[in-house]
Amino acid sequence: MTPDAKPKLFGLMAEFASVDALFAATRRARQAGYREMDAYTPYAVEGLAEELGEGKTRVPVVVLIGGLVGAGAGFLMQYWSMAVDYPFNAGGRPLNSWPAFIPIAFEMMILVASISAFLSMLFMNDLPRPHHPLFNVPQFARASQDRFFLCIEATDPKFDAERTLEFLSAAESHLGIVEVPMDPPAAPRETSIEQTHVAVMS
Amino acid sequence: MPRAAGASPADAARQTAASDELRYVPVGHSFASVTDQISDLVLGRATRMGWYVTFAAGSFLLLMFSGVVVYLLAKGVGIWGINVPVGWCFAITSFVWWIGIGHAGTLISAILVLLHQKWRTSINRIAEAMTIFAVMCAGTFPLLHLGRPWYFYWLLPYPNTMKLWPQFRSALVWDVFAVSTYFTVSLMFWYMGMIPDFATLRDRATKKRWQMAYGMLAMGWRNSARHWHRYQMAYLLLAGLATPLVISVHSVVSSDFAISLEPGWHETVFPPYFVAGALLSGFAMVIALAIPMRHYYGIKDFISLSHLEVMAKILLATSFFTSYGYFSEQFITWISGETYDKYVYLNILIGWRQYAVITWITLGCVFIAPQLFWIPRFRRNEKVLFVVSVLVLAGMWMERYLLITTSLSRDFLPSSWGIFQPTIWDILTYVGSIGLFVVTFLLFCRFLPMISMCEMRGLLPGSRGHEEGR
Repeated sequence: MTPDAKPKLFGLMAEFASVDALFAATRRARQAGYREMDAYTPYAVEGLAEELGEGKTRVPVVVLIGGLVGAGAGFLMQYWSMAVDYPFNAGGRPLNSWPAFIPIAFEMMILVASISAFLSMLFMNDLPRPHHPLFNVPQFARASQDRFFLCIEATDPKFDAERTLEFLSAAESHLGIVEVPMDPPAAPRETSIEQTHVAVMS
Repeated sequence: MPRAAGASPADAARQTAASDELRYVPVGHSFASVTDQISDLVLGRATRMGWYVTFAAGSFLLLMFSGVVVYLLAKGVGIWGINVPVGWCFAITSFVWWIGIGHAGTLISAILVLLHQKWRTSINRIAEAMTIFAVMCAGTFPLLHLGRPWYFYWLLPYPNTMKLWPQFRSALVWDVFAVSTYFTVSLMFWYMGMIPDFATLRDRATKKRWQMAYGMLAMGWRNSARHWHRYQMAYLLLAGLATPLVISVHSVVSSDFAISLEPGWHETVFPPYFVAGALLSGFAMVIALAIPMRHYYGIKDFISLSHLEVMAKILLATSFFTSYGYFSEQFITWISGETYDKYVYLNILIGWRQYAVITWITLGCVFIAPQLFWIPRFRRNEKVLFVVSVLVLAGMWMERYLLITTSLSRDFLPSSWGIFQPTIWDILTYVGSIGLFVVTFLLFCRFLPMISMCEMRGLLPGSRGHEEGR
């Protein structure tokens, strides 16, 4: 970033070494009225999404619908082809020999429900998305390894670059606060974690 | 690129107590050390001689398999020993065997997730990979057995110029749906489990091409807590869906036999008995793979003797399930008084000129050998575990062979009795399919994270992860 032009901010991010510190900071930020924020952890942490104000997910509803559609379509496909489109008498059984159609209807239910689970998870998470402002911060690479991050985003109505920085800096046992620029730095440069803790206030 | 630092003292202190509760948690590990050790197997370590030698051996088998398939396509299934009356033999045996092996993967990943079994975390990735590759091997056999495999799409319902549909009342068409659903769902489950680990590899890779490759596979995963929330729900639901799926797939496979009228096939015990056999062979395969892997890759912290011990217990239990199937078959036949059924079973037990020798070897491998695991010492002895697993795998293959062949060779009409004689092509097709498995599995070990890092982190004490503290 050039010193004269202030880069557009995605948000301010605090780094933590332990999940307990992250929990405390998240609770504090929520109590302070911040809503547009997210935490980043190297594994699924129980109860953290609720702490961030995330409600129940709609994934199960989509899966239920997917399962019903799969089972229904699977059964109707067999009924229509065996009893309507090409009626074929196999050993004197009724044309709509529904017990024989159950296995495929069942498999279709599982198939469509599973695909719904996978795709709805991706869709609701706005993935695939290979680019994201957070990836502009070099130490964010440790969010997938051993560090915990809390990012308050600039879109939050309460967000104010200076006051939010002050607020985050008061968090207990944080390892540094960093600005998350909206755009990637102009020229790729070699940086290490230590050098990029620019806005550290402790 | 930033690298994770060493363990913090607080983490180390928390993990010194290796109480019974923590048996399945890697002792003395932190988030950083778990990440370092597992991702370095892919990124940080030069490919070693042992891998190349095994890969070369596997490739040789795979090449042979390709040659056999080409010859088979050119000449037809007549190169195999199948003929009237035994029209199904090695290919169908190998199909049932491979798909059975493919069952432990989903059992370990799905059913044990629902049961909150911590020990699955070490081996679920290996087992899921094994599932994918075993189902791939399994899928080739019915296709090759079609005779004209290039018409395989006739099995699928699609609008066609002949205005025909598949016969949906046939168990063979159920098979197509069951196996392809199983493959798709297992692949999705495996891939979804790896997305966060791909993100780790992306963030740790130093070379541009690996950053790109793992970055694409990670699909921009950024470990957001809101994302994890939906991810966990979707993963749990997939596990819940995969559980009945596992049971249904081998039940459908067993229907290929059970809904026919052949003596010895037409039995209601088949579906649960097939599923039990599948779990037995699948667990045997996981043990047989995990033991060399933990030595070669130095992952004894993650796959500990306690893990092997619990798998040995499961092997013993599933051996009983399967054996119960044998005895129940015999008993039901005896009590039913069906002449043809009784004759088939008599042949299985004492038809020395036919298959009885194989029967008793099978019982030795599948029922007697796992009995060693009553003794705790043997459950923690890797050599014994490995040998017994290989015996179980061999025994399960022979059991599938017996099940298919004996009924076909002695059915209702004595004039059409016959004995199956395998040709060299039967044997080479089966052995070649092992090459396909070895090659794909070795590629998995080389390029993909072989233990779930994100789940392993969540298992560590004090992590507030999903399994921690349960």
